[in-house]
Amino acid sequence: MQYHSPNTFEDAAALAVAAAGVTRFLAGGTDVLVQLRADIITPDTVIDIKNIPGVRDITRHDDGSWTLGVATSGAEMREHVELGLDWPGVVEAMDLIGSTQVQGRATLVGNLCNGSPAADSVPAMVTAGVEFSVTNSEGTRRVAVMDIPAGPGRTHLAQGDVISAVHIPARGARGGDAYLRFIPRTEMDIAVVGCAINLALDAAGVITQASVSLGAVAPTVLRLDEAAEALIGCTLDEATLDKLATAASAACNPISDKRGTIEFRTHVAGVLAKRTAKIAYARAQGVTK
Amino acid sequence: MALDDHKTTGFKFIGTRPDRPDGLDKVTGRALFGADAQAPGMLHGAIVRSPHAHARILRIDTTAAEALEGVKAVVTRADFATGLSGEFGFVLENVMAGDRALYDGHAVAAVAASSALIARDAAKLVQVDYEILPHVTDVDAAMVDDAPVLNDTYADATVPAGLHPNVVRYHESGHGDVEAGFAAADLIVEDSFKTEATHQGYIEPHACLATLGADGKGELWCTTQGHWIAQKTCAALVGIDTSQLRVTASEIGGGFGGKTTVFIEPVALALSRKANRPVKIVMNRSEVFRATGPTSSTSMDVKIGMMKDGTITAAQGVFRLQGGAFPGAPMEFSAMCAFAPYNLENVKQVGYDVISNRPKQAAYRAPGAPMASFAVESVIDDLCKQLGLDPIDTRLKNAAREGTKASYGPRFQRIGLVETLEAAKAHPHYTAPLKPGQGRGVSCGFWFNHGGETSVSLALSEDGTCQISVGTPDIGGSRASMALMAAEVLGIAYENFRVTVADTATLGYNDVSHGSRVTYASGLATIKAAQDAVAKLCKRAAAKWGIPEDAVYWEDGFAKPSGANAGNFDPIPLAEITKDMGSTGGPISGHFEATPEGAGVSFGTHIVDAEVDPETGKTAVVRYTVIQDAGKAIHPTYVEGQFQGGAAQGIGWALNEEYVYGEDGRLQNSIFLDYRVPVASDLPMIDTVIVEVPNPGHPYGVRGVGETGIVPPLAAIANAVSAAAGVRLRHLPMSPPRILRALRAQASEG
Ligand SMILES: Cc1cc2nc3c(=O)[nH]c(=O)nc-3n(C[C@H](O)[C@H](O)[C@H](O)COP(=O)(O)OP(=O)(O)OC[C@H]3O[C@@H](n4cnc5c(N)ncnc54)[C@H](O)[C@@H]3O)c2cc1C
Repeated sequence: MQYHSPNTFEDAAALAVAAAGVTRFLAGGTDVLVQLRADIITPDTVIDIKNIPGVRDITRHDDGSWTLGVATSGAEMREHVELGLDWPGVVEAMDLIGSTQVQGRATLVGNLCNGSPAADSVPAMVTAGVEFSVTNSEGTRRVAVMDIPAGPGRTHLAQGDVISAVHIPARGARGGDAYLRFIPRTEMDIAVVGCAINLALDAAGVITQASVSLGAVAPTVLRLDEAAEALIGCTLDEATLDKLATAASAACNPISDKRGTIEFRTHVAGVLAKRTAKIAYARAQGVTK
Repeated sequence: MALDDHKTTGFKFIGTRPDRPDGLDKVTGRALFGADAQAPGMLHGAIVRSPHAHARILRIDTTAAEALEGVKAVVTRADFATGLSGEFGFVLENVMAGDRALYDGHAVAAVAASSALIARDAAKLVQVDYEILPHVTDVDAAMVDDAPVLNDTYADATVPAGLHPNVVRYHESGHGDVEAGFAAADLIVEDSFKTEATHQGYIEPHACLATLGADGKGELWCTTQGHWIAQKTCAALVGIDTSQLRVTASEIGGGFGGKTTVFIEPVALALSRKANRPVKIVMNRSEVFRATGPTSSTSMDVKIGMMKDGTITAAQGVFRLQGGAFPGAPMEFSAMCAFAPYNLENVKQVGYDVISNRPKQAAYRAPGAPMASFAVESVIDDLCKQLGLDPIDTRLKNAAREGTKASYGPRFQRIGLVETLEAAKAHPHYTAPLKPGQGRGVSCGFWFNHGGETSVSLALSEDGTCQISVGTPDIGGSRASMALMAAEVLGIAYENFRVTVADTATLGYNDVSHGSRVTYASGLATIKAAQDAVAKLCKRAAAKWGIPEDAVYWEDGFAKPSGANAGNFDPIPLAEITKDMGSTGGPISGHFEATPEGAGVSFGTHIVDAEVDPETGKTAVVRYTVIQDAGKAIHPTYVEGQFQGGAAQGIGWALNEEYVYGEDGRLQNSIFLDYRVPVASDLPMIDTVIVEVPNPGHPYGVRGVGETGIVPPLAAIANAVSAAAGVRLRHLPMSPPRILRALRAQASEG
């Protein structure tokens, strides 16, 4: 096993493209090291990206948008007050991952690239409209979240692609997002269903923009455009919530496994969608944080 | 010298709560657990395990593994003893497969290498050719006519003709005439229940360090609840004499019954003999789940008849337990404990021990009893609901008391069930208002408790302090309890004692730390050993004073002349006698060896409040009270700890813990991520009430407390959850998908 710790993303990409066999980038390592020790993977090449300058920076730009370094940990995100005020859903989704110890290492990019359909931060990144800089030997391009997952444990990134930055849009006026997951316990568990919703309202409280996403109910994260459509032009009345729940359940394409049945996931997706929408709506109204 | 053998009040040390002697080492990391042992030249072992639930082993090719640099030995079944029968035969078959792999995770070979990583790589190089056979993992499926046969030689003479060969043992007991009893009932409830297999979930995986020479002399360090049973079993499995193997128990990070047998220890010994080097093996968590001993899963039918006033007229239960690929599922304990809390005229219980393609079950706190109690106490709850009766009053009405003929045969001596029920009724929890969406459940539970072979040795030091050697690994603070009991006898302070868990070479035989026996049996032996030392102390004082031995008595740490006739001597403190003991007759020690038979049975009553989210089926236990008879709480904090631990493990078992097998017969959730033990935030603060009804079989009245506490929780929680959900839950664990399915089924039925 070869271990590298390059100082630039270009070098990281060059190492990855040249590597033979199984390659893993090492961000927080909370997936990679666990899988290595459990004999799930045996990488030939490990490329640690934490020594690249700026990978832990959280930057707010003049237009209100954000750039996060790819090794920013969940704990660093949660402690950033302004980021939490702008994107409470993204921050709470990331914060649900693991324990205090895991929070000190785990990253958004690792969560996405590990490829778990149940990854908690991914639905929240989808509804926030997050994009990534992806660097390879030809340069750097921008890719939307939805374009990265390919299936359980797989992404559309090519050999030699390394994610070099996380971009979160500006919050804008009267907006709010939220993420809820269902787990049988109170913590330290994997989502049986996850739901993120991001809303923007007009001055009268009518929803003008909406985005709905589900995790753990299909091979990859889902963006529910029909469910979002159902919200636009409405306040969050009961009829709208029912429509949302029906659309959310209808969009599910889950499996039955040790964590939950098809029937259960499909039903709970609707329940969570309603509950998440209420939180996001209250946040958009400025009633809660 | 008169020794007051029985004493239940007026204690000086018993009932206090000093710090446990092993506490500092454990919180600072100095304590040595199973994996903490090292030896010069030590190798690391790794085990090759079957990925199949049931397969014939056609060929094992170890050449590639042996060729790997750093590999020093590879063993298969050929490296173990032959001709073993009974339990030793089953254990050997379990720790190293013979011609067939019987479950996913079954050991088929093992390697020893110079590093753990090389050993792991070498294990992957062992080539095993399998012929896959049909498998069965469910208890009911294993009993039907066309179920795959695991072994057609295991069934013993108890099994009635015509049953599938997977049924290997049968039990029937009871008294009276149940049919007549049912005929007299105003209401009969009959229902069926299932529980899934759970694991003890001890935090410390199995680990050992073994040395075995060509001369047949061995040393073994391991994490175990009983090193004498480990000694006996390992010696038999590798074919050496018992006394030639010295076994030392490490500190133990939990066992709960699961460390009362061996798994990796004989394998490490066999590897060591072959490599002529010490060999260490440490299981990972996945191996612990796949290849050690979880509980049985069960399928049960219970029928109870009741009069309108709550009197039970008849009770009957059938308990089918799957215990993995070998005989031994504790179905007779399920049957015998099921109705034990009640005074029944007509009772009948039947048990089936069924083999299936799962790991060999091991004991888990009160083996077999919690599941049976779940079924029985659920039916009683239903009867109370339908007849509009108070669940505690109804249990009081039927409660077993002193003199009651137990459902499993004998007459009870002094027991404390009624006292726990009365304490439950009086507890503020029982009448506290519930919020909407919450439900309350109660349940009683019973466990026998055990005595077992016990040896204790106690030696006084010149400075007046005392060392005690016990042979029962300390799994719950027992060293503190031993020191307290010895302090009570010797009349010197707790701090003067050091209690050591001695190895197999330094003390006589000791049965395992199981059956809630340690504070009872090692405690009794410690008291007797201390009394033995006291007699010798009195003798020295008598010699010094020149008076007869029986004119001296012992009080508060002093030898005293017994009254004016004995002479007017100043009392002599213990330390003064021990100071000169070398010249007054030699070292002073006390000993005791016996198999105490007076372990008092124990009962508990639990009250639980639970809340159910009707939209998702998610449950929260919001309040929990454990009331249990301890006989006498030697160290109340550790008694409360046992009560709370039983409730915590019961909550896991009731709500989310389960072995999930796939269609392929493989265990799907062999890590703690998906084998869901409760995390701290899942649990409420668990209240405890210690009831003390002295056990006549112990000098200070002790009853074991380690196991009874896990008997009532499954039913108490199920009754609470069923009340909160408005639908009876009959299948444990009551995971959210199961609860939601029950709720939706009820809604669609209207
Ligand atoms: C105890 C525990 C609890 C957990 N709980 C949760 C939970 O509740 N919810 C949840 O979703 N997850 C959970 N996880 C999984 C894990 O913590 C998260 O997925 C985490 O976000 C992974 O981030 P990381 O930085 O540690 O990733 P790493 O392990 O470093 O990497 C993960 C993957 O991402 C790839 N990668 C990393 N950086 C880059 C990059 N810059 N460009 C391209 N690819 C990259 C790696 O090659 C690897 O395939 C838990 C893990 C543990 C150990």
